[in-house]
Amino acid sequence: MKWLSKTYIWVIMAFLYAPIGVLIFFSFNQSKSRSNFTGFTLDWYVKLFHNDLIIQSLINTLIVALVSSIIATVIGTIAAVGINSMKNWKRSIIMNITYLPIVNPEIVIGVSFMLLFVMAQGLLRNVGMDFEFGYMTLILAHVTFNLPYVILNVMPKLRQMDKYVYEAALDLGCPPVKAFFKVVLPEIMPGILSGFLMAFTYSLDDFVISYFVSGATSQTLPITIYSMTRRKVSPEINAISAIIFVVVLVVLLLVNFHGAHKEKQSRREGVRI
Amino acid sequence: MKTKYSSLFSLPYLIWSLIFIIVPMGLVVVFAFTTEGGQFTLDYVSQVGEYTNVLVRSVWLAAIATIICLLIGYPLAFIMSRMPGFQQRTMLMLIMLPMWMNFLLRTYAWMTILEKNGLLNKLFGLVGLGPFDMINTQGAVVLGMVYNYLPFMILPLYSIMTKIDNRTIEAAQDLGANTKNVFTRIVIPMSMPGISTGITMVFVPSVSTFIISRMLGGGGNLLIGDLIDLQFLGNAYNPHLGSAISLVLMVLILLCMSILNQFNSDEDREGMLL
Repeated sequence: MKWLSKTYIWVIMAFLYAPIGVLIFFSFNQSKSRSNFTGFTLDWYVKLFHNDLIIQSLINTLIVALVSSIIATVIGTIAAVGINSMKNWKRSIIMNITYLPIVNPEIVIGVSFMLLFVMAQGLLRNVGMDFEFGYMTLILAHVTFNLPYVILNVMPKLRQMDKYVYEAALDLGCPPVKAFFKVVLPEIMPGILSGFLMAFTYSLDDFVISYFVSGATSQTLPITIYSMTRRKVSPEINAISAIIFVVVLVVLLLVNFHGAHKEKQSRREGVRI
Repeated sequence: MKTKYSSLFSLPYLIWSLIFIIVPMGLVVVFAFTTEGGQFTLDYVSQVGEYTNVLVRSVWLAAIATIICLLIGYPLAFIMSRMPGFQQRTMLMLIMLPMWMNFLLRTYAWMTILEKNGLLNKLFGLVGLGPFDMINTQGAVVLGMVYNYLPFMILPLYSIMTKIDNRTIEAAQDLGANTKNVFTRIVIPMSMPGISTGITMVFVPSVSTFIISRMLGGGGNLLIGDLIDLQFLGNAYNPHLGSAISLVLMVLILLCMSILNQFNSDEDREGMLL
């Protein structure tokens, strides 16, 4: 049985990684062909870094992801504190609204944003104001789909927290705002951080919603990649894939190593006690 | 922290979701039922009926992809959950790594492999077979869905299976249950919430995709998502019809989810993300 499950794992891993391997392999190919390897070159990487459109869309992606995940983290954390103190029907209504962007298909969310922004354009034009689809619409949309991830990461931490510590701080004469920053915030910080990171990565990776709300001048990297795949042959995509793969691999290894290290440390401390 | 006003903290969020979640959803409904002039109409909703073949095809292909993911993912999740801790973490990382690559790149990879002069046909050519028409078929679309969304099936299954105590399985074996009985009476019933979460997480993005079908299915295998995209950003610009199709898609998914949710107890809901 043992060898059977080992083989099974290898087959699945081959299925998951072979296509990515092929992409990366052909990023070093001299010719534009995607099936004949004619010789080693790094030209596509050089071309990539001289492609203004790609660099600009990478910058756009980072700006949108950073700004939207910071806004979502602030609004979401405050909201989680409020929701945590709610009861029964109020809480269940607001939680259902929170789940809505997660369970709704992305394309419907994208389309609904488009309708909203087109309508807002029309209304604002009547009062003499005008805006184009761009950073603004992208960030508003991204904040909206990031918010649930922040709230769902912070809520469990708030629930686990011992509320008497906060009350003790108040009893000892600490003003509520200071008590929040001194007592509550450090307790829920891990949840806030993981919520922020999750929001940031979702935002970086999003294509479908951005596709419906981005303007011509504010393309994000996934949108640029999409328009490149529409052209028949563009080996620069292979080079992008290779770079993204390496970045993701390094980040995951770091996170994993850090996690394992922490676990070991806490186990050791546990033994000492 | 439970003062009279503390629930007011969620007010900014409430206002935000009102403007950016409730109103846009409302707009989809309004657009689906009105004409350009703003009159009430059922024309667009009934027009969706003309695309029944596309609807059926989307549900059919997504269902096949979901079943394949379940069949492939279930054994893997079980094997993973019985591994020693370090191996489990490594496996988890290996499964999440492709997930973090943008799905456009993952789909593009298959495009280059499956195309007429692609790698796979070249390999077939070496042994004297082919070339086969692999791209622009429904099979290619299903393959793309399975490849993209398999991790979404494995992860919830795995996380529920790690909670199944080995001793439960051993107890069943001690009492004379064979492998088949262990699975049908212990493992599968206990992993039911993971199964339904996994099915939702694969089916919803599969049934609503428009990229996978466009990149791997050619022009002939349109799905619901492609129809919606065509009405909003394509040549067939008609947001009213597009909204009507979106509405049908939402209702369809809500129906599927409410059937599946019967297997899910409330406490598992918050674990839905991972």
